[in-house]
Amino acid sequence: MRIAILSDIHANREAFDAVLGVVRKQAPDQLVLLGDLVGYGPDPVYVVEKAADLVEGGAFCIKGNHDEAAALGRTDMTENARVAIEWTRERLAREHFDFLAQLPLSLRSEDRLYVHASAERQEKWLYIRDVDAAERCLSASDARFIFCGHTHIPAIYYALSGRRPVHFRPLDNVAAPLSELRRHLVVVGAVGQPRDGNPSACFALLDTERREVTMVRVPYDHEETARKIQASGLPGWLGMRLKIGR
Amino acid sequence: MQKFEAGASIDGFELVERLQSGGMATLWRARNPKFDFPLLLKIPFLDPGGDVSVILGFEAEELILKRLSGPHVPRFAASGSLAKVPYIAMEFVAGVGLAELTNGAPQPPDEVARIGAEIAKALAALHRQKVVHLDLKPENIILAERGAVLLDFGLARHAELPDLLGEESSVPMGTAAYMSPEQVLGERSDPASDIFALGCILYQLATGEEPFGRPATFAGMKRRLYHAPKPPRDIDKAIPRWLEAVIVRCMEVDRSRRYGEAAHVLSDLRNPDQVVVARKSTPSNEWGWGAIRNLFRRTDEKSLVGKAANSAARAGPPIVLAAVDLASGSDALAGEVRNETARVLAARQDSWLACVTVLKTEIVGTTPDVDESGRLVYLQRLVALKDWARPLHLPEDRISYHVLEAVSPADAILNYAEHNDVGHIVVGARSSSAIRRHLGSVSTKVVARALCSVSVVRLKAVEEESRLRP
Repeated sequence: MRIAILSDIHANREAFDAVLGVVRKQAPDQLVLLGDLVGYGPDPVYVVEKAADLVEGGAFCIKGNHDEAAALGRTDMTENARVAIEWTRERLAREHFDFLAQLPLSLRSEDRLYVHASAERQEKWLYIRDVDAAERCLSASDARFIFCGHTHIPAIYYALSGRRPVHFRPLDNVAAPLSELRRHLVVVGAVGQPRDGNPSACFALLDTERREVTMVRVPYDHEETARKIQASGLPGWLGMRLKIGR
Repeated sequence: MQKFEAGASIDGFELVERLQSGGMATLWRARNPKFDFPLLLKIPFLDPGGDVSVILGFEAEELILKRLSGPHVPRFAASGSLAKVPYIAMEFVAGVGLAELTNGAPQPPDEVARIGAEIAKALAALHRQKVVHLDLKPENIILAERGAVLLDFGLARHAELPDLLGEESSVPMGTAAYMSPEQVLGERSDPASDIFALGCILYQLATGEEPFGRPATFAGMKRRLYHAPKPPRDIDKAIPRWLEAVIVRCMEVDRSRRYGEAAHVLSDLRNPDQVVVARKSTPSNEWGWGAIRNLFRRTDEKSLVGKAANSAARAGPPIVLAAVDLASGSDALAGEVRNETARVLAARQDSWLACVTVLKTEIVGTTPDVDESGRLVYLQRLVALKDWARPLHLPEDRISYHVLEAVSPADAILNYAEHNDVGHIVVGARSSSAIRRHLGSVSTKVVARALCSVSVVRLKAVEEESRLRP
């Protein structure tokens, strides 16, 4: 079974479309949207409606902290994120809020758990930035594979029972092996706002038969997204960071 | 634990005969009509509650072997699930185990060089596939008809895969007799570690002695950071200086002094006359007074082994071959070939240049250097070649000179490039002439058949014409 996992789209239409183009060619058996459809980017309506269409067609979709903030009007975020959420809320309609509000925090499918931030206290939106956080996330679930996003930086943690997980930074477009012996925590890179120094959009392609996961990189027209951010009055840094991938 | 017997079948593999096995796994000759090559099954000992390193080694070998290809590794056939019966099915490689030859050491220097070149070639092929073996030793090398074949990737490291084994353990992993100093300190990513092990093997083959013995303790293994073994010629004066120089350079503690590329070792072993032996038997501080000085100096051990030259490999080719036509002296085209060569060499600091010129012989089998006048022509050409290279200002350990005698210059260049694992060829192309159109030019043939990148250098047409006009 092949599964495409898209995280942190962040209302970036150009990145989302470019990634969906590649996903269509790959023709996976399952599509998963791992949260944070909105926030930061200039096209929240487009992305939410597209996501709703995909869910209609059988895709899984879970909630991210920005989706929750947009739906509930939460403001306990960094300055840029808060400004962007307020901007987003002015543009979304009732049906968009409803769609975001009904998204589940996590979703279990066979031996795979999908959760936006961490399996540990899911509603707290914790970041998995080190082995300790990964270990706590892994111990909060018994799934063999946990897929998270949220950090915008790809990582894989390999866990053998009774031992500390091993961190690995997967290479772009190179399949990373998944072990029969171990449990895995895969942190998927971001579609709409990469922060690992590579501005190309990132999504994960899982192949359960080959026991491999690949961080696929897709170049897209980030100049156009940045231009829209500038034109719409969103904070300028949100466009700048797309160009440098930070 | 499950017992296996001859005649038993695992996933379609019929066990035929049990072979001599190590401590981590049993080895079986096997049959399976699905594969058209002789098979070997490796079945790890997986005791419940047993050593986890057996599982980790199995996992590493399975991951790496199935990604490797070429004549210098056994072909991967299949692997069995850890959840059911774990095994790795691979090609059974027939040949002479290197351990038989080290047991019979010392071997004659020519034989040591020949074997060393075979192993170096296999290492170059492995390193090109982004894998470091990290447990190179006679027991893991088979000299087959097709060349040296490397076995057992249980400790190996692939640059693009997670190092699950290394991350699990802080103790040095490898075989004490052959382990590089940086491995002793826990580093597991540098191809130069395999070159150190190759040096230990060559030392053993040449002298009949293991350079470091087989220390059982960490402190014993660390001795190699401070104490160099006896220079090979102290054991046997019959070992040529050039061979000693190659062995010693493989075994340098500081990686900035060690060979950075297996291809360079290969080339030196194949071209003894090009090995720099000026440093005699004490090429660096570690081999002599330096060792004594180190005793009184508190040094950071990591600094002794220097830095890995990992990033260099991506920057450019390790060995560049410049093919220069000096039949009519050093002309404008030869100058342009030199300029281009300089640009290719500039891509990395430790790249190395083989200057090649071909002395055309008319008939196969006639070598011009058999008589006095032939010898003179050869020497003149060698002098011209050195003079051509002089403006490059390369230190003598980064350059070698080869006057090849051949009927076909293109074949000679291609043959040299293939045998010495050249990474890039620079060759000049003359402007088109009737004869050249008819026969095909040297550069055309080199481009068509080379196994590496080729730069073809041509003078701009206008310049060439004006040069040819009287």
